[in-house]
Amino acid sequence: MSAAADNAEPLVRVEDVHTYYGKSHILHGVSLTVGAGEVVGLLGRNGVGKSTTLKSIMGLVRPTHGTVVFDGETITGLPPHKLARRGIGYVPEDRRIFRLLTVMENLRTGLDRRGVGEDKRKALLDKVFTFFPILAERRNQAGGTLSGGEQQMLAIARAMMLEPKIILLDEPTEGLMPRMVSQIGEIIDLLHRERVAILLVEQNVPLTLAASQRVYFMEKGSVRHHCAASEIDINDAVIRQYLGV
Amino acid sequence: MTTAPLDKTMPLGRVKLSHTAVFWIGFCAVMAVLIVAPLVLPEFWRRFLTEILIWGLLAMSSDLLIGYTGMISFGHSAFFGLGMYGAAAALLIVSPANLWLAILFGLAGAAAAALFVAYFSTRLRDIYFAITTLIFSQIFYVIIFTWTPVTGGENGLIFTRPHLSIPFLYDARFTSSTMHWFVLAIVAASYLFLRRVTQSPFGMVLQSIRENEARTRAIGYPVQLYKIVAVMLSGLFAGLAGVLYAVQNQFAAPDFVYFITSGDTVIFNVLGGIGTLVGPIVGAGFFQLMRELLSRLFGDQFPYLIPLGLVFIVMIIFLPQGLLGFARRWLNR
Amino acid sequence: MDAVSHFLHAIPVDLIIIQTVNGIVTGMILALIASGLTLIFGIMDVVNFAHGELFMLGAYIGVVVIASTGSFWLALVISSLVVAILGAALQVATLRPLIGRDPLNTILVTFGISLVLQNFALWNFGPVARKIPEPISSSFTLFYLQYPWYRILIAVLSAAIIGGFWLFLKYSRFGVWIRATTQDRVMAQAMGIPVPLVYTGVFALGAAMAAASGVLFAPLVGVNHTMGLDWVLKAFIVVVVGGMGNLGGSIAAAIFISLLEAYATIWVDPSQAVIVSFVVLILTLLFRPTGLFVPTPK
Repeated sequence: MSAAADNAEPLVRVEDVHTYYGKSHILHGVSLTVGAGEVVGLLGRNGVGKSTTLKSIMGLVRPTHGTVVFDGETITGLPPHKLARRGIGYVPEDRRIFRLLTVMENLRTGLDRRGVGEDKRKALLDKVFTFFPILAERRNQAGGTLSGGEQQMLAIARAMMLEPKIILLDEPTEGLMPRMVSQIGEIIDLLHRERVAILLVEQNVPLTLAASQRVYFMEKGSVRHHCAASEIDINDAVIRQYLGV
Repeated sequence: MTTAPLDKTMPLGRVKLSHTAVFWIGFCAVMAVLIVAPLVLPEFWRRFLTEILIWGLLAMSSDLLIGYTGMISFGHSAFFGLGMYGAAAALLIVSPANLWLAILFGLAGAAAAALFVAYFSTRLRDIYFAITTLIFSQIFYVIIFTWTPVTGGENGLIFTRPHLSIPFLYDARFTSSTMHWFVLAIVAASYLFLRRVTQSPFGMVLQSIRENEARTRAIGYPVQLYKIVAVMLSGLFAGLAGVLYAVQNQFAAPDFVYFITSGDTVIFNVLGGIGTLVGPIVGAGFFQLMRELLSRLFGDQFPYLIPLGLVFIVMIIFLPQGLLGFARRWLNR
Repeated sequence: MDAVSHFLHAIPVDLIIIQTVNGIVTGMILALIASGLTLIFGIMDVVNFAHGELFMLGAYIGVVVIASTGSFWLALVISSLVVAILGAALQVATLRPLIGRDPLNTILVTFGISLVLQNFALWNFGPVARKIPEPISSSFTLFYLQYPWYRILIAVLSAAIIGGFWLFLKYSRFGVWIRATTQDRVMAQAMGIPVPLVYTGVFALGAAMAAASGVLFAPLVGVNHTMGLDWVLKAFIVVVVGGMGNLGGSIAAAIFISLLEAYATIWVDPSQAVIVSFVVLILTLLFRPTGLFVPTPK
């Protein structure tokens, strides 16, 4: 654990969050932090509540208990569109790009904000098209016509339009070819160098360990283990315990 | 919309009565009041009460769909209207005018309409169902309105009231009191019958459809068939209300087939409490009383539907259980 | 050959052309009303039973504005604005609290609103129909008729409004917001789009379009408190036949149904011609329930 993360107030602090889907008690007191510019991994089997944790932070589901603090402000219960404007980007599990909108229009949903002048627009678009040249090529195509990998890139690019301080990435490599998986790793590194924090939910352990500074392990709706990514490797008992079949 | 859970027992002082006992006590009490009423009320209020019962029956029939199956129907004006016109047909064609024939014709007409509407509308979900029932009631309206030689068109039909004749027992003209008791008997019987239906396995399936149609279908129930039967049952009782109205007022008019009547019915349902069977009757009573009150206080031209409409809107937002649900909760405190 | 030419002579070609023009005129107005309705449904799953009353109120406000200023065009603009604001207020007060509840609630609430608005109009303006004078009263000769230019103007204006709206949807920022929200409400929020505001805005837009149709249509008929009822039924039929939420479909359906009805009136009474639209609806429900003009049935 880095000393820096201990002393400075983290960018995101999730404290004892309980969330329900209807009557199902999904999160049983989740607590974690993400420091500014940090890449933090969230690992665990299917159904332990990783996505729900992201959704609870993003305001897509409302915690019944606990708090979420972002950039010093308590944001629990705020509607998602306010959080997006405060600088939280969300890239969901199934990408969810707007299929009937063009690539450009998809980007515009994040770009058309107050405080973004013509220059800033151009700068952001240039950056994103440099990161993802394929999107520049397809900028007038409908989102639904893109391949899985391209849609994933669009989903991330779209979130970047918000100039977020943190991006919540939910299983970005799911359903992607190995070549694309390594590309995702590169993108995460790029974002890290841009000092964008990332909370990465993933099933792909090697990618997560390589990209993150710290990792949390979840089981049955709460965080069970927490360590620096450098402290463990793929063969660690911890991995088998929380991710093994 | 969900209904409030029923209490299994209701403490009455130290004596705990079963739900059924409470029901029958309440039922008999209310019946007693309604039976005695025409003896003490002046003529106007006697007829008023009778009309409330008739509208209540209509609303109750609609509740089977809205409250128990979760389908909002705007088509009840068609069933009601066809019951009315069916009765009119019997009373005009067959001489001497026979009460039971009128009922038979009316029910037949309503059943035919219900089958027609059910066949087309039940294959659609929710919103589309509501819209198509509305459109079907308008189809019937247009037919009745324009087919003047048969239906009297714009002016409707006027006919004489048949005798209240129970074979071998009784045969005399209706008085407003006997009319009231006749209507009361039919409405009470209908209520008990519908109550039995909603508590039967069939009724349980309907409620399951309301709660989660997909799951009900997945379990294996032929959902559309159940819906069709529900619509037909509902249509039958709506038609019965139409027959009663025709017999009471001695006319049939196309206005009643216009979808606004269906709208009024839905209002009674919401006001009184959806899914309670009794609620709609209370709602009908409340509505008519308010209307009478407002027109007496402010004059005939007062747009009573404005305040009543506002109450309706407020109730949907804040009090979706209706007056009855509100009273129930208030009593349970 | 004789039979064929006899048949051809029996077809009243001039009547058909006249009715085609009439059908298109009515169709464009219907399209304008239905567009607002289908937009509201497409984006927030609300069946707006009060839509006909917004149309009616628009016409009445038009009456009032013309009475005091004499300008038809001012009436059009002011009426649309006023009803838009009213629509926004209604949405915030009565529909926003219902978000997340069973959508059947919104049918009931909008039905209640339609009752209140109708009776308010009756109470305020009385049962006697009002009239708005046409802004242009010249006409041209179409066969044996003096066909009013105004009717052509309505069709053109309606088309222009719909066209403008389509451009707005496609290119403006709010248009992108509307389209994104229609496709994926949750993700739109996650992108910072203020969805509750979009809902209110869309309702206001739909209301404005209904009001504009009311003003445009008013010179052709009398303005009275029940004028909304017939139109709301037709509009619903159009929306279902065109495919709910499908803007292009509604427009096509509106024109299609109006043309059929116009042709029907050559042979039957107008009050019976409405059966045509009912029949089209029934056929659509039986064979293509997602909409006649939807490209591929889902």
